[in-house]
Amino acid sequence: MDIKYYIGLSLALFSIGIIGVLTRRNAILIFMCVELMLNAVNLLLVAFSKMHAMSGVAKASANYVADAQIFVFFIMVVAAAEVAVGLAIIVMLYRNTHSVDINFLNRLKN
Amino acid sequence: MNILSLLFYILSAMAVGSAIMMLLSKNPVKSILWLIVVFFAISGHYILLNAQFLAVVNIIVYAGAIMVLFLFVVMLMNLNSTVEPVKNFRMQLIGIISGGALFLIILSSLMKGEGKAQLVQMRVGDAGLIKNLGNVLFTNYVLPFEIASILFLSAMIGAVVIGKKA
Repeated sequence: MDIKYYIGLSLALFSIGIIGVLTRRNAILIFMCVELMLNAVNLLLVAFSKMHAMSGVAKASANYVADAQIFVFFIMVVAAAEVAVGLAIIVMLYRNTHSVDINFLNRLKN
Repeated sequence: MNILSLLFYILSAMAVGSAIMMLLSKNPVKSILWLIVVFFAISGHYILLNAQFLAVVNIIVYAGAIMVLFLFVVMLMNLNSTVEPVKNFRMQLIGIISGGALFLIILSSLMKGEGKAQLVQMRVGDAGLIKNLGNVLFTNYVLPFEIASILFLSAMIGAVVIGKKA
């Protein structure tokens, strides 16, 4: 399978995430779209690592492919920590404003 | 068309279709369920690329833990019945146009790109197995692994402090 198909797939998922962040106003949905974008990037990183396994770049050191997948693993670790803090912030927001609409978040303005 | 590309197309259609359904559904709970379908499709892609460790971690962490946390928060807030009040169609149009423009621009540059096709290794290659990844993780990447534990500890404390009644 050509790498272009994987780039196209990840790009489609990433663009759907961007459209979701820009159009939806529910804070939880925006957060979910960010997660979708993270996953699109993860998929592309794994595809690139397997591309290098094929192309001979990784012939010198067999660890190159594993390095990329460890990188994806750490992205997942950071995403999990981010979700814990982000959802706590959203819960606090809901407790203060009784809504998760981000249009009510302009109170810092004045 | 061999079985690998067939599986690739099926999983890709599943991922993109579920992602679009996630955007379109009004109910947040349904959005979360569609996003879980997307994560399972991405895990299927990982299995296809023989990155089995990442496939399992993706299911456990994303579909198992993170999405359940989202579901839990949504049900805690009782958002099921709320509709999004005033629609700002101009902003939505701008968002869709800018996201679609990004997609089309990068896709067209991808299609016009020259050079020989770079193939992706599928179904074979043992770099993504748990044995090899664990070997690399606990030899070369011990320090980031330990730092990740500190990150989790601070995230846990942060979540408790933020979520506590002030």
